[in-house]
Amino acid sequence: MKKILVFLFAILSFSAQAAESAEGADFNPGDMIMHHIGDDYTWHFADGLVLPLPVILYGENGLDVFMSSNFYDENHQLQPYKGYVMEHGHIYYANSEGEHKEGPLDLSITKNVASMLLSVLLLFLVFLSIAGAYKKNRGKAPRGLQSFFEPIIIFIRDEIAKTNIGPKYERYMPYLLTIFFFIWFNNLLGLMPGGANLTGNITVTLVLAVMTLLITVFSGNKSYWGHIFNTPGVPWWLKWGIPIMPLVEVIGIFTKPFSLMVRLFANITAGHIIILSLFSLIFIFQSVAIGPVSVAFATFMNFLELFVALLQAYIFTLLSAMYFGGAVEEHDHHDDMGHGDAPYAVDAHH
Amino acid sequence: MNPLVTPNVGLLIWQVITFLIVLLLLTKFAWKPIMAALRERENNIDEALRMAEKAKLEMQALKSDNERLLAEARAERERILKEASEAATHIVETAKSKASEEGARMVEQARVSIENEKKAALTEVKNMAATLSIDIAQKLIKRELQDEQAQRALVQAYLQETHLS
Repeated sequence: MKKILVFLFAILSFSAQAAESAEGADFNPGDMIMHHIGDDYTWHFADGLVLPLPVILYGENGLDVFMSSNFYDENHQLQPYKGYVMEHGHIYYANSEGEHKEGPLDLSITKNVASMLLSVLLLFLVFLSIAGAYKKNRGKAPRGLQSFFEPIIIFIRDEIAKTNIGPKYERYMPYLLTIFFFIWFNNLLGLMPGGANLTGNITVTLVLAVMTLLITVFSGNKSYWGHIFNTPGVPWWLKWGIPIMPLVEVIGIFTKPFSLMVRLFANITAGHIIILSLFSLIFIFQSVAIGPVSVAFATFMNFLELFVALLQAYIFTLLSAMYFGGAVEEHDHHDDMGHGDAPYAVDAHH
Repeated sequence: MNPLVTPNVGLLIWQVITFLIVLLLLTKFAWKPIMAALRERENNIDEALRMAEKAKLEMQALKSDNERLLAEARAERERILKEASEAATHIVETAKSKASEEGARMVEQARVSIENEKKAALTEVKNMAATLSIDIAQKLIKRELQDEQAQRALVQAYLQETHLS
């Protein structure tokens, strides 16, 4: 893996030089990749196959709803519309000038929102049909889609929830199942050709991480807060004299979901960037010969990403379960330093 | 800030609303029924397994019961047979001893009666012999003592024999 990365890095740096030296080359891989992993007001499946998405704006002019295609003229050039302009993938008021342009509240159905709605539709289709199947073959062996998802649901219940949360696991099952399948489905949708990079979007992972944070904080019991503000096994002056321990522990509350947010975002975005970079090589070298190499590497990466899609969904769910477990755990021994997860806590104790 | 790591308010609002709706609806219409169905099925399986185990134990108990009954019956049969043969032997023995006793008694009785008969016969023979002897003697004496001389000789002989003193 390291060798491949070194090789890739070498190629990329070489290609960057090549791109620089080729004056007037209109292909910029960086822009292309950023455009692909970013959000957009249209869904660009292929050249000529562009689905304009609705723009919903709320601001000085009240509520405005129109199709994003209105921002483009016949020559695919940007143009202002209804007093709004689109610049660098954002919508601003046409009359605002200067460094910090002002824009209305943008509630547009962007590519990411559309992709999320699609995934939600899929989630409903799949799991409502499975729930129906459970009703239909009540007490019987699972069949079809049901038998594919049942082991996964049981795995989440037995290996993630029961082992990490303990006897109170039942309460958290709906959330754990929802984030697992939400992340997994969206990871897979993102790997589809033309798919949006939804789970590689910091906003989406931020929301998921904040949900986990809120559930953790609101289900924290006496022993959880006791561990944070009155950490057992720590000299008193570190708690009351110089409150380093409570400070570290409080920071720990936020670093855990922060790591969740960054981990998912970085893993998925990195996968997209690598695959897009591999394809960019063809255009950078402007050679058909490099095509098979790129395709071979990209295929390999795609398989790896299929695995990463599942793995990241699993890790997000597992770590969330661990944080919940730490919040509801009952401590019998006050000098017991073991939390559910806790590289932070262990570091803090030493 | 890099747009890649800048949260977008619009997407955030959509994401929060969508995710909460998904969580709510899936919880109500998918996760709860699925979890309940899974639990129910697992309980059923557990129950079935426990019942099977119980049935197995019951079968074993029944089998051992049957075996015990069979063994008991066998022992009973043995005992009855033994008793019967013992009784038979006893009866035969008793019959034998009774027969031999009876035989002995009859032999004894026969012996006694034979003895008696013999005695009676001997007495009769003796009496007969006495009578005959007397008759013979009478007849002899009658013939001897027909003349006077002989009578006197005899008397003389008796008298000599008697030794009057």
